[in-house]
Amino acid sequence: MLEIKNLVVEIEGNRILNGLDLTINNGEIAAIMGPNGSGKSTLSYVIAGKDEYEVLDGEIILDGQNVLEMDPAERAVAGVFLAFQYPLEIPGVATMTFLKAALNAQRKARGEAELTTPDFIKRVNEAAQKLAIPKEMLKRALNVGFSGGEKKRMEILQMALLEPRFCILDETDSGLDIDALRIAAEGVNALRSPDRSFLVITHYQRLLNYIVPDSVHVMAGGKIVKSGGKELALELEANGYADYKAQEAA
Amino acid sequence: MPAVQETIDRVKEIDVDQYKYGFETIIEMEKAPKGLNEDIIRFISAKKNEPEWMLEWRLDAYRRWLTMQEPDWARVNYPKIDFNDLYYYAAPKSNEAPKSLDEVDPEILKTYEKLGIPLREQEMLAGIAPENRVAVDAVFDSVSVATTFKKELAEAGVIFCSISEAVHEHPELVKKYLGTVVPKSDNFYASLNSAVFTDGSFVYVPPGVRCPMELSTYFRINEKETGQFERTLIIADKGSYVSYLEGCTAPQRDENQLHAAVVELVALDDAEIKYSTVQNWYPGDAQGKGGIYNFVTKRGDCRGKNSIITWTQVETGSAITWKYPSCILRGDGSRGEFYSIAVSNGRQQIDSGTKMIHLGKNTTSRIISKGISAGHSENTYRGLVSAHRKASGARNFTNCDSLLIGNNCGAHTVPYIESKNASARFEHEATTSKISDEQLFYVMQRGLDEEEAVALIVNGFVKDVLQKLPMEFAVEAQKLISISLEGSVG
Amino acid sequence: MADMERINTPVETAIAEHFAGAKAVLPGDAGARETAFARFAEAGLPHRRVEEWKYTDLRSVMREAAPLAPALADDDAVAALEASPWFAGIEAARIAIANGHVVASASDFADLPEGVSLETTAQALASGHPDLAALGAIPEASENIAYALNSAFMSDGVVIRVAAGTKVETPLHLRFVITGDSAVATATRTLVIVEKGASVTLLESHDSADDVAHQPNNVVEIVAEDETEIAHFRIDGHGSGAQALSTLTAHLGAHVAFDTLNMIARPGLVRHQVFMTFAGEHSKGGVRGATMLGERQHADTTLFVNHVAPHCESRELFKTALDGNATGVFQGRIAVAKEAQKTDGQMMSAAVLLSDGATMNNKPELEIFADDVLCAHGATCGELDDDLLFYLMARGIPRPEAEALLIESFLGETVEEAVDETDEAMREALMGVARTWLAARG
Repeated sequence: MLEIKNLVVEIEGNRILNGLDLTINNGEIAAIMGPNGSGKSTLSYVIAGKDEYEVLDGEIILDGQNVLEMDPAERAVAGVFLAFQYPLEIPGVATMTFLKAALNAQRKARGEAELTTPDFIKRVNEAAQKLAIPKEMLKRALNVGFSGGEKKRMEILQMALLEPRFCILDETDSGLDIDALRIAAEGVNALRSPDRSFLVITHYQRLLNYIVPDSVHVMAGGKIVKSGGKELALELEANGYADYKAQEAA
Repeated sequence: MPAVQETIDRVKEIDVDQYKYGFETIIEMEKAPKGLNEDIIRFISAKKNEPEWMLEWRLDAYRRWLTMQEPDWARVNYPKIDFNDLYYYAAPKSNEAPKSLDEVDPEILKTYEKLGIPLREQEMLAGIAPENRVAVDAVFDSVSVATTFKKELAEAGVIFCSISEAVHEHPELVKKYLGTVVPKSDNFYASLNSAVFTDGSFVYVPPGVRCPMELSTYFRINEKETGQFERTLIIADKGSYVSYLEGCTAPQRDENQLHAAVVELVALDDAEIKYSTVQNWYPGDAQGKGGIYNFVTKRGDCRGKNSIITWTQVETGSAITWKYPSCILRGDGSRGEFYSIAVSNGRQQIDSGTKMIHLGKNTTSRIISKGISAGHSENTYRGLVSAHRKASGARNFTNCDSLLIGNNCGAHTVPYIESKNASARFEHEATTSKISDEQLFYVMQRGLDEEEAVALIVNGFVKDVLQKLPMEFAVEAQKLISISLEGSVG
Repeated sequence: MADMERINTPVETAIAEHFAGAKAVLPGDAGARETAFARFAEAGLPHRRVEEWKYTDLRSVMREAAPLAPALADDDAVAALEASPWFAGIEAARIAIANGHVVASASDFADLPEGVSLETTAQALASGHPDLAALGAIPEASENIAYALNSAFMSDGVVIRVAAGTKVETPLHLRFVITGDSAVATATRTLVIVEKGASVTLLESHDSADDVAHQPNNVVEIVAEDETEIAHFRIDGHGSGAQALSTLTAHLGAHVAFDTLNMIARPGLVRHQVFMTFAGEHSKGGVRGATMLGERQHADTTLFVNHVAPHCESRELFKTALDGNATGVFQGRIAVAKEAQKTDGQMMSAAVLLSDGATMNNKPELEIFADDVLCAHGATCGELDDDLLFYLMARGIPRPEAEALLIESFLGETVEEAVDETDEAMREALMGVARTWLAARG
């Protein structure tokens, strides 16, 4: 489904990704772990198409298409969904307005009919209920005044509504208490399907107790330095990133 | 907070109305006749034995000045100045051409000692680490009387001398840079200065040199009915660095005296200039009698890429202050900063601020201004931030806070923010408030009396700016602020 | 400088000629008009060296002085009014003013809400109506050149009085239109006196033909007696050729709640001035506006908020979106007199530049003489936030739509603050201006 080849990325002249290779199959949940500053969030932004990053080399192929030429909206339509580590507050844009704009923009781009308002509201309410998102939250401006946990649940809600092919969870566990973490993880697990893949970025192993990955990759110095099964996460939990940092320094 | 305690002690020692620098030095002076005309300018130029080109430059400035109007847009009021009723040149008689400090009139040396500015290098060296040394150019009325540490500076390649000396010794540098930042027709006072400037400092830091010590000029107005028109020119060549400080005092007199200086800074590629001012001219008495009219044009040109100019000012003196130290951000990636504390008390009037003119790409600027008004004073911040069409990526952050102490003063904020470039991002915020009763109560509940409590809170209010001053001056400035506010409470 | 002889420009000379011809036929006291005109004659058309007009140089922009418009034939007036869409969805008592003259046949004079009495300004001037004594309540406004010109030329408008204690449910809608292929000038004066304890909503909309250099000069003066509640929503839909001057004065008594909101879209040139004086204690005033410009359009909003009485609160919020080679100007001055202790004044002007040719000039000012106050102003300008754009686009919303969404929410904050949360229709009527502009922007 997703294939990243020799990805080299700079921001303001600093090299962040340095020849990264990664393949994720249909239905696979891949976890990326790594120390702070190893380039994990950069990877997620580059896949989603944030424009201050300069891609010097490599390609990102989603379902046979190189997404690097696409703008962020086109990538979203192609099925890329990024659950932000720090979802943005957008004052003045009502959550419902935003959800509808996003859903219909994607449907339109795919040549599907726009949803009627009652259908749309029904879908949102169903998804919100599963994530324990109160209706009041949906009436407010997007993410404005939401707690950290509420913002993360709002990201999962969007993921559920937009039904993407490929989901990136960027440190979705950061700032969440254990109950909020479980709700978010259940939301993600409910979306697991053979047609959908996940890239779970996390610093800690904790999240992977709830979202069990098929593969774990360790990132250091802007590339994948080790890959393995879910047991690799436990090993990292026990030994820390010290070895990899040393490797990075060398 | 030992510094604060010191401030409080200092405040307690001092009577209302006492200006500690108000004494007069009795010394024989040589003056030009009163008034202003081409002959006076020729006289000044001849006194300084200037080359013809310098005289022509002055005369041209004078002719332009004759066609100009005194600016009236600032929020200050004063009786019309009779420019023909002033002396434009006053120099200690004994100061014909001192070769060394030993030739300087002992009365003048005493004056600077009294002001806390030692001019004898050996005195300065006592117990001071080399990196903390400060080289001083002392300007007494119209002339520079001494410049210290010239030899050490020369070893580093740094030229630090009076501007009169620079006209003789380094005419190529003076010709190349003088009037290129503040043109002689720039404004009424700048033109006047260009015509009659008598002395001031000249600094040139060669490429790649980090000036080995702080440079400073100490300006002293002593003579009656005399205007002071100094001219300072600082050039930091590529990749160099210099930090410069000026201090100012004047005797306590019933008449108003005019001070119209021009300061020009030029920073070439990757150079940095820090210019700090502690301005403590005589402010006049509590009734508004006397005091200096401080009408000054200060401007820095970030001519080279990635150059930096920082203005830091602590303004506590002068009856009227009219000054806007500015930065022209011409070089791509250049940076301008302005940090200001302006304290007004009694009948003082301050109209001061800055201009940040973004011309180059990715230029940045920062303005932090703290105004404190007390007594019957008026304190205005006036500033311009502009981005021209080509200044893509320009950034400015401005913060102007005003504090009022008492109910007979005014605090005003007049910013102009002009952007012609979509990618320029400007943020401006300003507040006006008083010291909250809750804050005062809290501090007083801990055992400070009201005046101490105000001093403490004011020091907190200005802290961001004080931190930008060289250490020893920060302490001095903190004392000055408290003294200036003396008698403002209750 | 001051003693220099002022040189009349051809436009100033033409205005003087128009005045000489008009003063004999205009209603009311010719002497008062002479006095007002003398103020103009002395100062001339404002130019960039006049501080308050620094960014709107009328002397260089006004190349012609259009003649004062005569009253239109009813049919022409009605046709022009029908083409003016603003506040159409709001049930209101309509007052129609075409080319500067009240059109009675297109106004709801027969069924004005209970407690509202009304007379045309032309009648009031002719009969020497006592309410006219309430004009000019704010001296700083009377000094103003646009206002002085209006005082010299004012030909019509309405004088409204809302009786004490009346809660007027139906808004009063002043509909201004200017039509015709050759440029005309108008000068209308509207006075609204809201008596103690009354409440009323005033709507004001303006339309003029595109590409014609009409020169409207409108003044609305509101006198808010104690304990009144007044909302004023204004849509400036002047055409791309217009050179429009408008002045709003609000003189507030004690315990008043006053809000004004002005939406400006696509005018050729507009200068909107608001003078608000807090004359009584414990009043709250909100002055807000959203401006949308493109091409070479120019809009200047200039405020003078004067806190004279203590314990009052003012809120000013202005948003400007600039495209093309447009110029936006915001000048806002909050003054706090020595007696106005416990003033709380907060002013914000934010601009977003959508193209490299656009210019924004911000001049927020504080002028404070009282020590126990809390006053602040802020001003920002810049592009749309890249991170927000990315977030929206990462959800599949294409760039133009994402931009429109952000611009709409940026501008919409003014409407959110000014309009009651429950008044969905009013919010829609006002936000419609923004949406129309965004749709035209493409």
